[in-house]
Amino acid sequence: MTSAPGDRQIAVVAFAQTVHRRSSEELSEVEMLMPVLHEVLDRTGLKTADIDFTCSGSSDYLAGRAFSFTLALDGVGAWPPISESHVEMDGAWALYEAWTKLLTGDADTALVYSYGKSSPGSVRDVLTRQLDPYYVAPLWPDSVALAALQAQALIDAGDTDEPALAAVASRNREAASANPHTQLKGPVAQGDYLVRPLRTGDCPPIGDGAAAVILAAGDRARDLCAHPAWIRGIDHRVEAHGLGVRDLTDSPSTRLAAERAGAFERPVDTAELHAPFTAQEVVLRKALRLGDGVVVNPSGGALAANPIMAAGLIRIGEAAARIHRGESGRALAHATSGPCLQQNLVAVLEGEPR
Amino acid sequence: MPEVLKAPLVVEFPFTRSLGPVQSAFLTGLRERVVLGVRTGDGRTLVPPVEYDPVTAEEIRDLTEVAPTGTVTTWAWNHAPRRGQPLTTPFAWALVRLDGADTALLHALDVPGPDAVHTGMRVRIRWAEERTGAITDIACFEPYDGSRAQPTGHTGEFADPVTGIVAAARLDYTYSPGRAQTAYINALSGRRTVGERCPACRKVYVPPRGACPTCGVATSEQVEVGPRGTVTTFCIVNIKAAHTANLDIEVPYVYAHIALDGADLALHGRIGGIPYDEVRMGLRVEPVWTEGARYPDHYRPTGEPDADYDTYKELL
Ligand SMILES: [Zn+2]
Repeated sequence: MTSAPGDRQIAVVAFAQTVHRRSSEELSEVEMLMPVLHEVLDRTGLKTADIDFTCSGSSDYLAGRAFSFTLALDGVGAWPPISESHVEMDGAWALYEAWTKLLTGDADTALVYSYGKSSPGSVRDVLTRQLDPYYVAPLWPDSVALAALQAQALIDAGDTDEPALAAVASRNREAASANPHTQLKGPVAQGDYLVRPLRTGDCPPIGDGAAAVILAAGDRARDLCAHPAWIRGIDHRVEAHGLGVRDLTDSPSTRLAAERAGAFERPVDTAELHAPFTAQEVVLRKALRLGDGVVVNPSGGALAANPIMAAGLIRIGEAAARIHRGESGRALAHATSGPCLQQNLVAVLEGEPR
Repeated sequence: MPEVLKAPLVVEFPFTRSLGPVQSAFLTGLRERVVLGVRTGDGRTLVPPVEYDPVTAEEIRDLTEVAPTGTVTTWAWNHAPRRGQPLTTPFAWALVRLDGADTALLHALDVPGPDAVHTGMRVRIRWAEERTGAITDIACFEPYDGSRAQPTGHTGEFADPVTGIVAAARLDYTYSPGRAQTAYINALSGRRTVGERCPACRKVYVPPRGACPTCGVATSEQVEVGPRGTVTTFCIVNIKAAHTANLDIEVPYVYAHIALDGADLALHGRIGGIPYDEVRMGLRVEPVWTEGARYPDHYRPTGEPDADYDTYKELL
């Protein structure tokens, strides 16, 4: 399923996110999430009982606890019983599931949320547990190390260099100055090498946060939002899991997902890219053929706030919010998961002609 | 707001994983200082080997030996090794394409500094002294300026193949239960039980989690409940506890849902002080604390008349 069949069009009608912070230890997951759920519902005037389908994304490995998402459900108000699903992935993939549910006609509205608290553990170590358990995970290569291998491959290929990477970091965090939800904003020193060639400035902040969006179909979307952000297509693709099998300087999965989502049919004016590391923006710009005229990460992107499991959904939410505000006519949103851009999701959003 | 509680939380798991024919041959080979790849239908050799062709998804089992020497395809300098990583001294992470292979293997490269490594440099495997059939049988790579090593022509057949690995993991957390549960736990230290009332439906939840699961709104009004309560339902446990903390509890015993007076949600606890076959719905109970305990050891009958069914039927 790569584009909406027939006439059933689905839109993002509301978006909310937390102010992302290095630590929110005084709050349980549900305490952190609940204000975001209330805010996104308030934007549409909907109540929990009005939502046909709820889908969430989170990770037990961040919480260090099995079935941690069930406690977060308390924030939704699951009585009378609701139709609900969960993905152990970034909320962008929960949004994909909700989108397909709306396409089938089984639901007209959906609440999608995701959250992640990195503060209780060491996220660099936690993320090693998503690697191949036979050949890779026993070596404990952390997320920064793997991103650094990708960065060096790009430098060797002549696709970028350290000053260019610093410019990516600086541009994203400059943009983040205007975004009250981001964690790092304005001039941030590139700092020392964390794993060479990546410096601290090339890496995302570690933080806690949550996000939520509401999707609605057809006229329901027009009722709920003055300027719905219509999803023209979404697709997600995955690379071979062996890092040494892949060309780390390219992202064929992103390109294919974008093609299937219709991204290349007409130019976009905005791209919200989920590139937690500077070098990954270089890969994505190339894979998505983004020209200089495209505004990339006006929100500040994942280099300004990277709550794991929510940062991808936030890209879709930020892109939609620009359409809601009339700042974009056609926007691309990208989400990633896994090491070195292993899995990639692309959504194309459009406003109505004004 | 009082400070939230925090405590170290260690999650450790030794996942036991079985190996298919290809992974078994590769890891057994490492134990025997032989590196095996697998050949795809279009003639490429993948090292480390996989069971299915990444392009065609066809099952592949055509094992072929490659050399223990190779070329760095990319690298990253790790000046601060982390727990569990191959070397404890600064090293380079490297993707290495072994001679005879078309894909690269991730491992550590032991060199004195970042100036001693570059893409394209020649390296060879340094074998671990103790080898068990795991990726860590390769201790690391090291610089090598000799000629390309020749494979021995191994077929991939081993007398005593490794059939599984234990993938040990340990993650360390600092767990905080958040504001609501901190208040609950702090109250328990004074032998009081504190719940929270929902501002919308007025129900009192205990233990409180900061949200009403029915209304989806934040709860904050603290309400002391109990100490007495009513058994709403129960079960008879006939299997002796394996956990050391409960070894002295004789079976059969009764585990029950107990609605503390003033609460709208039942807790669970063990019932003592009464033969197991005399416990019933509606039985009135009270907590029994032991010296120094942080929660009631069990609940025992108060001797009051049983509660009327209508008073607790909504709490079942
Ligand atoms: Zn309530």
